[in-house]
Amino acid sequence: MSDGETIRAAFKGMLGKFSLDAGFTAPAKGVTALFGPSGCGKTTVLRCIAGLLRLPDGLCVVGGEVWQDRDGAFLPTHKRPLGYVFQEASLFAHLSVRRNLMFGAPRDEAGAGKGKIAFDEVVELLGVTALLDRAPGKLSGGERQRVAIGRALLSQPKLLLMDEPLSALDRATKDEILPFLERLRDRLSLPIVYITHAIAEVERLADQIVLMDKGRVIGAGPLDELQSDPALPLAIARDAAVTLDGVIEAHDSGYGLLTLSVRGGSLIVPAPRAATGEHRRIRVIAGDVSLAREPPGQSSILNVLPARIVSATPVEADEIIAVLALGADGSGARLISRLTRKSWDALGLAEGMSVHAQVKAVALAPGRGELG
Amino acid sequence: MKLTVLIAALGVLLASFAAPAGAGQTHVAVAANFTEPAKEIAALFNQKTGHEAVLTFGASGAFFTQITHGAPFEVFLSADSERPKAAVDGGFALADSLFTYAIGKLVLWSRVIDVTDGEAALKAGQFQKLSIANPVAAPYGTAAVEAMKALGVYDALQPKIVQGNSIAQAFQFVDTRNAEVGFVALSQLYGVTAGTRWEVPQTLYSPIRQDAVLLKTGADNEASKAFLDFLKGPEARAIIERFGYALN
Amino acid sequence: MLGLPSDIWVPIQLTIELAAITTLSLLVVATPLAWWLARSRAAWKEGVAAIVSLPIVLPPTVLGFYLLILLGPDGPGGAIASLWGARTLAFTFTGLVIGSIVSSMPFVVQPIRNAFAAIGDRPLEVAATLRASPRRAFWTVALPLASPGLLTGAVLGFAHTVGEFGVVLMIGGNIPGRTRVMSTAIFDFVETMRWRDANMLAGGMVVFAFAVILSMILLEKRIARARA
Repeated sequence: MSDGETIRAAFKGMLGKFSLDAGFTAPAKGVTALFGPSGCGKTTVLRCIAGLLRLPDGLCVVGGEVWQDRDGAFLPTHKRPLGYVFQEASLFAHLSVRRNLMFGAPRDEAGAGKGKIAFDEVVELLGVTALLDRAPGKLSGGERQRVAIGRALLSQPKLLLMDEPLSALDRATKDEILPFLERLRDRLSLPIVYITHAIAEVERLADQIVLMDKGRVIGAGPLDELQSDPALPLAIARDAAVTLDGVIEAHDSGYGLLTLSVRGGSLIVPAPRAATGEHRRIRVIAGDVSLAREPPGQSSILNVLPARIVSATPVEADEIIAVLALGADGSGARLISRLTRKSWDALGLAEGMSVHAQVKAVALAPGRGELG
Repeated sequence: MKLTVLIAALGVLLASFAAPAGAGQTHVAVAANFTEPAKEIAALFNQKTGHEAVLTFGASGAFFTQITHGAPFEVFLSADSERPKAAVDGGFALADSLFTYAIGKLVLWSRVIDVTDGEAALKAGQFQKLSIANPVAAPYGTAAVEAMKALGVYDALQPKIVQGNSIAQAFQFVDTRNAEVGFVALSQLYGVTAGTRWEVPQTLYSPIRQDAVLLKTGADNEASKAFLDFLKGPEARAIIERFGYALN
Repeated sequence: MLGLPSDIWVPIQLTIELAAITTLSLLVVATPLAWWLARSRAAWKEGVAAIVSLPIVLPPTVLGFYLLILLGPDGPGGAIASLWGARTLAFTFTGLVIGSIVSSMPFVVQPIRNAFAAIGDRPLEVAATLRASPRRAFWTVALPLASPGLLTGAVLGFAHTVGEFGVVLMIGGNIPGRTRVMSTAIFDFVETMRWRDANMLAGGMVVFAFAVILSMILLEKRIARARA
């Protein structure tokens, strides 16, 4: 990709006892999640990208524009066309919601241009119309966070940075706001770097993921690739899953089922009616994927997909993580399957073998897993 | 019998601690302007009589208020004659002990212009500020105003007058050269060589009598009475004169 | 004015003028100083804070003495005064303003510094991410958020100046119409035993100061409630 289409960031330095040496390149569109355990340095990296923290050994080039380089160039935060959403909304207490929203907006009409993010659009997108003339102190946590997101958007950023925007909220509010974030991602062509320690948020929102631990980047790339990489902690976690991007092919209204086409196969999912051609993310939990050497006879399992075993990694004492590639030729999307070593041995499975991956339709219904 | 004698002896012993015969002590309130001469006089007093005069220095007005509210001073050396009289009238002091221990001399002083011929300097008025003590609060201030009126320069000079709330402050204004000239006490210029001065003729103002009085609290204290007597004596008078005061 | 003789209402007027001008001047001077004290990481900043607080500890006589020298012909005051042909800033209303600014400064700097410090870094970081330059962030975010602290500082500065006696006494010269303010006038009335006038002036002073302080406190509470 050319420089204009990427976000390049690399920072190295010591902060007290903490050593940071992290760098990644992300595409200048879609959501890139910065994921890792608490204290791994995600917020530090984000603050460096924003210019709130200045490490002398740092590089940050966004869409071809140099924000910081190792020769001393450094654009101060207020000159960077970014939006930043903090973990706690941090609305200005002395301004109404409307004035908060407009705080970073360009003054002159000429400052806007094509592709301008409009006030009405943002207000509608985030559902804050009713709150416009209220004081920030009178809003709920979820409302405040939505206003904070709107405020960041209305500053016409070229990059949106979000630091665990949902972690200070309770479960119900999280569920309320996530759809807003999904709409954000779908409707605006704005790259977003999104920090979270909740894998479920990553699965719903991210296209790319940057995995961090102890101040280092341990993996970066498309989501499903990293989810199915046995060398990374994601795949071997007990709740490991792969998120696939599916396109709606058909709808069975009699039985309330959708057929989603993914790379290398199709999945049948219980879901209400929806338009064909629409994209839908589908999360396949490793523990829900079982393997068969032959297509099963009379079985209630609706999803039986030809696949090829790519790799097998032992975990715990007696389990195996098998990475599969969908399609008879094994060229499709990756899935992972978690099974007992006994089954692996009993079926005589081995890397490279063609198998059938089985997933119950019910296992793919929305509502499974942390966020559903 | 033996017990009674013992107790009596003990009593005498204790009494002797309470009031040591011969060497007495007296508490004296002294007007601030008389600080230096008072210290010398007290030292000499101790040497000559063995009595100790414990001196406290301050503003006469403040002392008067304290005395009328029971402060434990026994002798009062004021900067004026009103306060001792008021103390007597109020029943706090003994009328027949009242006497003038020093007479203040008013001096025109400058560190900026030549006031050796003070009358001419005042009439010429070649200065922006003239410092005096607040007449309301200090006798030297009243005297300064009297002198200026007697010289016929008061009306012309009035716009240039600045008041210090005490003679010490009036001195400070001139000493820091914020005021080019000022009326101060001659006793304040003891040991001061800077600038020029003009002793204001005593005919131009009512004498600044500084009176002393024995307070009721010290009526039975030998040391208090001895101190006042010493103050009237030749040795003390010599000291007082040396410091720039006139004598009765 | 109000049917009061001039030797009573002129000191009142002078006092209010002095307190008002001092307070406004202090807000202008103390605010940037308080901002620096709140935000700076310089090693010597607490040294500066200690110097600013000195007037609280020093007796007015000491303060007044140093001010006399500073304002006089041997100090910067004299240099300034010579611009218009005078020798000193002592005995002038300007000199009183300067003296009051020095003596009331710690009472104004402290609450404003606390208010700025209480804001913390976050609102200013937010402002920066919203294209606000440090200057714009100060005027549109820091200052409004700190306004209750500024109000407190103004109240304390005003009250302290109204009650200021020692410094005024030391450098004012008690000139009627120019430097004879309420505190020195009351002193005079007490010395000349004009008890009734002294009481009237003193009582009026108390009532006025009370009214000013109370209304400022209520205003401050209103602001805090609106933002809660």
